[in-house]
Amino acid sequence: MTNEFWSFIFGRLTWDVLPLHEPIVVVTFIVVALAGLAVVGALTYFKLWGYLWTEWFTSVDHKKVGIMYMVLGLIMLLRGFADALMMRLQQAMAFNGSEGYLNAHHYDQLFSVHGVIMIFFVAMPLITGFMNYVVPLQIGARDVSFPFLNNFSFWMTAGGAVLIMASLFVGEFAQTGWLAFPPLSGIEQSPASGVDYYIWALQIAGVGTTLSGVNLIATIIKMRAPGMTLMKMPVFTWTSLCTNVLIVASFPILTAVLTLLALDRYVGTNFFTSDFGGSSMMYINLIWIWGHPEVYILILPAFGIFSEVASTFSGKRLFGYTSMVYATVVITVLSYLVWLHHFFTMGSGASVNSFFGITTMIISIPTGAKIFNWLFTMYKGRIRFELPMMWLIAFMLTFSIGGMTGVLLAVPPADFVLHNSLFLVAHFHNVIIGGVLFGIFAGINYWWPKAFGYKLNQFWGKISFWLWNVGFWLAFGPLYVLGLMGVTRRLRTFDDPSLQIWFIIAGIGALVIAGGIAAMAIQFAVSILGKNKEWDTTGDPWNGRTLEWATSSPPPQYNFAFTPVIHDNDAWADMKKHHAQQPTKDFLEIHMPRNTGTGVILAALSVVLGFALIWYMWWLAILSFVGIIGAAIIHTFNYDRDYHIPVEAIAEVEDRRMRLLSGAQ
Amino acid sequence: MSSQVQTADGEAPQYYELVPQHHSAHGSTQIGFWIYLMSDCLIFASLFAIYGVLGANYAAGPSPEHLFNLPLVAVSTAALLLSSITYGFAMLDMEEGKQRGTVLWLAITGLLGAVFLGLTLYEFYHMIHEGAVPQRSAFLSAFFVLVGTHALHVTFGIIWLVTLLAQIGWKGLIPANKIRVQCLSMFWHFLDVIWIGVFTVVYLMGMLR
Repeated sequence: MTNEFWSFIFGRLTWDVLPLHEPIVVVTFIVVALAGLAVVGALTYFKLWGYLWTEWFTSVDHKKVGIMYMVLGLIMLLRGFADALMMRLQQAMAFNGSEGYLNAHHYDQLFSVHGVIMIFFVAMPLITGFMNYVVPLQIGARDVSFPFLNNFSFWMTAGGAVLIMASLFVGEFAQTGWLAFPPLSGIEQSPASGVDYYIWALQIAGVGTTLSGVNLIATIIKMRAPGMTLMKMPVFTWTSLCTNVLIVASFPILTAVLTLLALDRYVGTNFFTSDFGGSSMMYINLIWIWGHPEVYILILPAFGIFSEVASTFSGKRLFGYTSMVYATVVITVLSYLVWLHHFFTMGSGASVNSFFGITTMIISIPTGAKIFNWLFTMYKGRIRFELPMMWLIAFMLTFSIGGMTGVLLAVPPADFVLHNSLFLVAHFHNVIIGGVLFGIFAGINYWWPKAFGYKLNQFWGKISFWLWNVGFWLAFGPLYVLGLMGVTRRLRTFDDPSLQIWFIIAGIGALVIAGGIAAMAIQFAVSILGKNKEWDTTGDPWNGRTLEWATSSPPPQYNFAFTPVIHDNDAWADMKKHHAQQPTKDFLEIHMPRNTGTGVILAALSVVLGFALIWYMWWLAILSFVGIIGAAIIHTFNYDRDYHIPVEAIAEVEDRRMRLLSGAQ
Repeated sequence: MSSQVQTADGEAPQYYELVPQHHSAHGSTQIGFWIYLMSDCLIFASLFAIYGVLGANYAAGPSPEHLFNLPLVAVSTAALLLSSITYGFAMLDMEEGKQRGTVLWLAITGLLGAVFLGLTLYEFYHMIHEGAVPQRSAFLSAFFVLVGTHALHVTFGIIWLVTLLAQIGWKGLIPANKIRVQCLSMFWHFLDVIWIGVFTVVYLMGMLR
């Protein structure tokens, strides 16, 4: 009787699911718990909760939401990288009969969670953070189209991250690889909580991503300043538009396919099972129809960042703006026509494989056009080798090599040899680190002064730059070699002792990257805490060319006291050239959205719902689901969603800025 | 290019908007909702693709001609299509500012939606009763999820509609409510279009197999 009662309350959640037998996890838990307690304690001691709640958590200001995305992404980067270090150490050790220090159960979770975290909770939040922060500024808008939705989207992403982190300490994570292919991810092969954590964490985060895609498309289409036609938009805004189109057109497929997998696991349907007519290849097709556009969702904004960096630090207009836009659009379209190259070995025959191999190779044409555009932008430019420019050059070298190994893999016969090998692992790290991550680093160094009013420390930035670049090649060069020798991915132990040296080199590379991350952390700390900050009083520290540099650093809550009027590409460079002066009087009151806690509440309820579903606590699942619907309905009864900033407040902010500006000159 | 900055009538170019153009408070809502609908459409597209691939995998279980009752589906289809027309009447009345007419037509729309939903649930009940459960075959899994997802959308549409009726009763046909009626209208017609696809692909083509 009591047993039945407890299993009704807690579902399948028992003491046994806590990983107390795994010393590594226990120690991690203790460290995380202590660190968490320290943070909570510090926040309480300094009475910061109220400030965080009113100024950040409930904020609908696109700039604050953007910064929260960045913080989430950087924190999760540490987690994802810790997993990577553990894998490299295991693979460097497990030779000559040694089992290494990780058992198979733990190791299989590691490579799955590493991929999931790095794509969904590092790259995606960082990219979305940039788009949130920069796009409204670049188009001369005061916020996004749907500010509440923006806050809600962020918290859903954060909610997914919470579930992933919970899987480390309560139960387990999937041991299926980052895309959880059935039948391995089916209920028979993976009966425990791991795949369920995977499904619900991604579903919750996916809602946020889709809605933020809708929001940013509407923003870019409807909120541009007068005169900014589509072909006068900054390139970063263009790439963001294309990325968000890709998000809206691909994430629903992920939502659908994960729902079907969940139904197979929970209800016993037969979509992807091996009997009763199910087809696991259907899952693999569908998830890659999402998965390949996802790659471009990540890389296109990085291309946009590099375009801004190239023209700013070369002191000229971007070479081939029009071709850049068309290249972006072509990549957007083509990214839907290549998904099958992820499983050439499915057995779909020579003609199908040829089609997808050729479309894949064609993508390298617009991408190559972009590389040449950046090069020609630099040609005869007055190049300043600031940190963002250094990342651009590192990107062009690294990414080009990664792109070429990609074209190699696009040849079906070569792929038959190389698929599932470490060569593939090296390839996609080469493009994702060398492309997406380097782009993010360029962007952080480029826009930090806009967001916080001072530049990042150059010395530590350069150290981080070199450690990352050297570390990257040390870590992934050996994987190319090993892959060519036929070593498959996701192996925990090795028989051939001659391979060990390569894994040791790769491990050293990972340590060098760890140094790069540490240097970056020091760079942030020194810049934030240091006394000799390079304050940016002008709002335009790099002699920028686009509208985000037309306002103060950090921008006021309303971004622009007067909406700029656009006459040319590179609107801010054009304004500077014509000595356009913002009026200093006759301000009008500005209409702004009000903060709301509904986003936090809805996301928290969603996390509870996900947790209840993972552990079969049906009563809690029903309760939280009803709660979500109820809270959403209550929110719609709130009609008081905006307010006006009075003229005096605007005049005060703008006067202060004018004084700073005249002091700077 | 930048030499063309002069405006057409030779005045000095303006770089700041001194008198803001009045943006409607809901300027982006319709396009935003439309984009959301397209994302929802892709969920249905995935389910249609699944049905297209797996829909003939009966696994020696029941097949469409044993299960489907076309007259029943015809009635539920008629109810749903009619509800789109009545929603159209509600929109016309709203444009003319007739609150009572709007509410009445919306209520009729909701009732027709409920009839559709009831018939779908009856069909499900009937099939499950005969042993044609979603677990029986990939065809049945795909059928239940495709039709069920549509029914789930109609359910949310009805919940939304009831909420909206309460809000119109409370605040009247203010602009904030009008835009909501317009969005629900798009949602409702969208579900109708999806249903035409379901009716054709699942029921008509299923009976032809």
